[in-house]
Order: sequence, then structure tokens, then C-alpha cells
Amino acid sequence: MHARWHMKRSSSPTQITGAPPDSVETRLKWYCQMCSIRAFELEIVNLNKAGLIPGTAHLYIGMEGIAVGACAAMREEDFLTSTHRGHGHAIARGLDLGRMMAEVLGRSDGYCRGKGGSMHITDITRGMLGADGIVGGGIPLAVGAALGARLRGKNSVVFCFFGEGACNQGSFHEALNMASIYKLPLVFICENNLWALSAPFAETTAGESVAGRASSYGMPGETVDGNDVEAVFTAVDKAAARASQGMGPSLLECVSYRWEGHSIFTRVENRPQKEIEEWKQKDSIERYRAHLLKLKIATPEVLHQIDLEVAATVSEAVIFAKNSPQPKPEQAMEDVYS
Amino acid sequence: MIPQMKMTTYVDALNEALKEEMRRDSLVFVIGEDVGKIGGLFKVTQGLLEEFGAQRVIDTPISEAAIAGAGVGSALVGARPVIEFQFLDFITIAMDQIINHASKLRYMTGGMVSQPIVFRAPVGAGIGLGAQHSQSLEAWFVHVPGLKVVMPSTPADAKGLLKSAIRDDNPVLFLEHRLLYSQSGPVQEGTEFSVPLGVADVKRDGKDITVIATGRTVGLALTAAANLAADGIDIEVIDPRTLKPLDIATMVKSVKKTNRLVVVNDGWRTCGYAAELIAVMTEECFFHLDAPIRRVCTEDVPMPVAPSLQKAVMVSEEHIARACRAVLAA
Repeated sequence: MHARWHMKRSSSPTQITGAPPDSVETRLKWYCQMCSIRAFELEIVNLNKAGLIPGTAHLYIGMEGIAVGACAAMREEDFLTSTHRGHGHAIARGLDLGRMMAEVLGRSDGYCRGKGGSMHITDITRGMLGADGIVGGGIPLAVGAALGARLRGKNSVVFCFFGEGACNQGSFHEALNMASIYKLPLVFICENNLWALSAPFAETTAGESVAGRASSYGMPGETVDGNDVEAVFTAVDKAAARASQGMGPSLLECVSYRWEGHSIFTRVENRPQKEIEEWKQKDSIERYRAHLLKLKIATPEVLHQIDLEVAATVSEAVIFAKNSPQPKPEQAMEDVYS
Repeated sequence: MIPQMKMTTYVDALNEALKEEMRRDSLVFVIGEDVGKIGGLFKVTQGLLEEFGAQRVIDTPISEAAIAGAGVGSALVGARPVIEFQFLDFITIAMDQIINHASKLRYMTGGMVSQPIVFRAPVGAGIGLGAQHSQSLEAWFVHVPGLKVVMPSTPADAKGLLKSAIRDDNPVLFLEHRLLYSQSGPVQEGTEFSVPLGVADVKRDGKDITVIATGRTVGLALTAAANLAADGIDIEVIDPRTLKPLDIATMVKSVKKTNRLVVVNDGWRTCGYAAELIAVMTEECFFHLDAPIRRVCTEDVPMPVAPSLQKAVMVSEEHIARACRAVLAA
């Protein structure tokens, strides 16, 4: 089932410390990560109401299954490129919640020393090459990361996240074509949350699906239930195995839904309330929780304990961020050049 | 020991710089349209594929955005790309990667990452290729914090500056006027030769007027100066070489000596690089000026094809001489 897991690999996926994907430890880790993303972002909503967020943040709530399932297939030497809606990828890749929240608040201890904010959280040491404020901007960048890693003799796979809105940018076409002709080790992960701000997927996107476009680029394409964390892991892991074996890139379309508006800054909402409620019934976290209980992988007590730990960790992150100083004005002139 | 000089064309000087840097550092690679098998449309990358192989000399599809983005991403993981755009005009398709990514990634990440990328491109008019293959868009890039912009006017500067640009840890726009490619000049032999970024060069000493000229127009300014010398007018010609960061001190020193200034640039007049030079020199030298500063630029029209029309709008040595006489008469 998990073909890649059984292959000889230079190191194990970073988030699960060598435990096999169907182990109890791994599954609880996934549950914990999904809950962490949710709790982290609910705190952003609170902090925004308190007027503490300079600018904006794009919330990932509702889509947690994709980031957690996909990043679980990453090894230490792998890279990811993210999007404006990037908190989920960063948390699933193991970035520090305190430094992330400090960045969202524009503070000195943030990953970018307060210069990037939510849309530019980056941690090169974790192979997290950055969230990106330009829709589709990170897709060619992922191709470059794969080229650069190859040049340096590393067997890295690059996990490239983007939304369905980005699939109508020219950069999507250029990058997928280039990745395919060079047989680069990439997994293109389209997070199809069905709406690009006010624009519905069906009205803006020609063809039946994003995954269907894969054949144009001579690569495998697959549509995955993005609210099923295990299904996402299985599909991404398979694509990553293919990539690291030198067989080239794949395009996965993980269908999910964002519960919140386009951003905390955006007041407009034209999505049908009924549709939003229907998707909330398909919540990836509740679904996984029920799955773990049903298969007796975890007891309610164990999950409750995880919930408490997540709440405590996120509270600590908020305190850390609030206590972090504002950057000094003179720092505005630093970091323009190397 | 006196360095040995060798007469070298501008194209060969660039080619030598690439080869020397690729031999020195295995992380340097070249990517662009037609750079491999045919060695580039203007032959700047000739012989690289044979020597360094297809992993370091990468022929691409016609995908400028992905080419630039590939450079940005590869630099993030430690590579040092040299990107060739076949014509600077085509860079418009890649602007997101240069303006929104390469120039800002260091700043946006609080200094966490660097972007050691060279974006090379032939620029300028003069061979009748029309409005979409002739632009001098250097002012666009000078405007953006985080970028450096280099515009060599001689084979020696082309080689020395390209080597420095490749070794620099910042994104550098390296703009080569295509009319210069076939020109020859003395270039110091040996791999240790380089020209630092951010240092202007006084190409001709003079006492009556300072002419600051860039790229192709440096040669025109020198010709104009030689002609004016017959009338007893002594012109000092300064080539900034690096448009950003700008060596202001060398230019200020000159203007404080001559008290007159003409600025020459192949970009369009309105909001062009000449306008920025004039602003800087006005701030620095206003009370030392004996006459209003003049600028000589490409006329504000898209570049036409007919030789008679092209000549009418491009900068010429006659235009420069006329401007020099005007600032002397003022």
C-alpha cells in the first residue's frame, strides 16, 4: 500500500520519526498537527479582533487534511513551496508556532524578523522555501529548487503547493511543462478549495478537473479527497516515490474547502451559506477523529489529551508572540542586500 | 609585473568570464533559450555545453517566467544561476519572478535567504529589429530595491563585471548592448582579473564638461569628445558601469571640477535613468553648476524599423556634441 515506505530511503519522513505511516504514533501525530493548524488560526481570528495583526492572513481552516497528509511524505532533505494560505504547510513541516505567530504579528522574533508577515513565513533550515503572496508565483520557484538540488547532487523531492486559482496562471503551464521535460523530482499539489476569492472553480476553469490537465504535460494526475488525511498521504507518498526514483513529476488535485473568507482582511463573501455549512459537515479533523475512535486506534481520553496539549502549545505561542518586541525602526533599512 | 593585455571582442570577453566562473565554482550554471546547443543567439554561451554538460548549461522551452523562477528557486537551495534572456524585451514576461521574488526574498525573510542570480540580456536598438526587440529598460530595474544593475561599455568591463556579478550574492541585471558584441578592446589576461561592482570609470579626463554616459553611449561620448577637442572643448567622460549601486563620489568630484554636466542614456527620456542621474547630481552639486544639466536620451517613441526613422530617435554622437555646446553656451 505504501510502496515508497518500504524502499530504501536516505532518511525517514521528518514528522513521524521513523514510525510507519499506519502506526498509532503516526496517526496521532497527524491528528495533533491538524488540530494545531486549526487552533493556531482560530487564535489569529482572536488576535485580529483585538487589532493585533498588522495587515492580513489567509486562513487554512477546513483544509488541514491536505497539508498534514502531504507533508507527512516529506523527508529531511526534501523542500516545499507554499502559498499565501501557507500556515498549514509550515505547521505540518514542523515550524515553530511561536516564531510563526510572532511573524503574523510583525514582531522581532518572527521567522522574518517582522518583515514578511503571514504571507512570507519561510524556514530554509526546514526546507520550507516560503509562503508566497503571488498566486502561482511559487510554482516556477519549485522547479528551480528541484534543478538546484539536482545540481548539488541531492536526491531531494520538491513538494509544490498551490491553489486551483493558480492553475489559470501562465506560470502553472510553464512550470509543469518544464518539470516534465526535465523529469524533475516534483510533486505538484493543487489545493482545490473551489473558490478563488469570489470566483467559483467551475466558472473560471476550463476542463473537468485540474488533475485532468496532467496528461497534457505527460505526467500522472489524480484527484484526491483533500479532507481525508490518509488518502492525501497515500497519493502524495506514491508521487514522491516516483519523483525520487527519477520518473518525474506528478500532479495531485486535493479537493477541499476553506471555511473562512478569502482573508481576514477581506469582508466580501459571496459563497452560498448552505455550501459552507455542507463542507463543515465534512470536516477533515472531525472525520479523522471518528475514524481513529471507530478503529480503536485511540480512545476519547487520548484524543482529549492531545487537544489539551495543542491548546497549551498554541497559548504559549501567542504569549511568545505578544511578548516579542516590535522591530526597531532602523531595521527597516536592513536586509535589502546580502 | 605588468599584466598582459589581449585584444578581445565583447562577446568573447563575456564568454571567458562565464567559463572561468563555471570552472571556479560548480554551483554556477547557465539557463535560457538556445544557450546550449547553439551557444546562444549572440554566441555568448558558445562552448559551454561541451565543457560543462547539460546539467549546467540548460536549454529551455520558450518560458521566460519559468526560466526566471527556476533561477530564483535554485538560488534558494544554494545554486548560482546565470540566466540569459534572448532579448531584454522578453524579460517583461518574467517580471513577477524578478520584481516580486528575486529582489524581495532577502528582505521579506528578514535576511534569511540570498539570491545570487545574474539576469543577462542584450539590450538596445540599432539593428532594425523593431519595437519589441530594441528596448533599454534599465530604469525599471534600477527603481527596485534589492536589485543591482550593470551595463558594461567595453570588453574589459564586460568580462570583469560579469565575473563580479556572478560572485555577488544579490540578483544582478547584466545588460549588454548588442551593438557592442562585435567590438574589440584590450582585456587583461588571467583568471584573477575582475572589475568590482559599484565603481565608476573615468573613460576620458577633461576640464570643461562632465559627460556621464552608460553602455553603448560611452563610445559615442568619447567620439563626441574627440571631435569637440578640435574646437578646444575638453570633455570628461564618466561611465558609472554599475547603474545600481551608483558610484556617486566619482561623478560629484568630476562635476565640482568642470561645473557643467551632460547625461547620456539609451533609455527613453521620460522617467529614464538619465532623469535619476540628474536628480542625484542636482542634490549633490547644485551650487557647483554653471549651467542647467542637459540629458541626451532615446526619443519617447517605440523603436521604428526603417533606418532613417531609427537614426532619428536613437542617441548619436551629434546629439551629445550638440548638448555639450548648449551647456557651454548657457
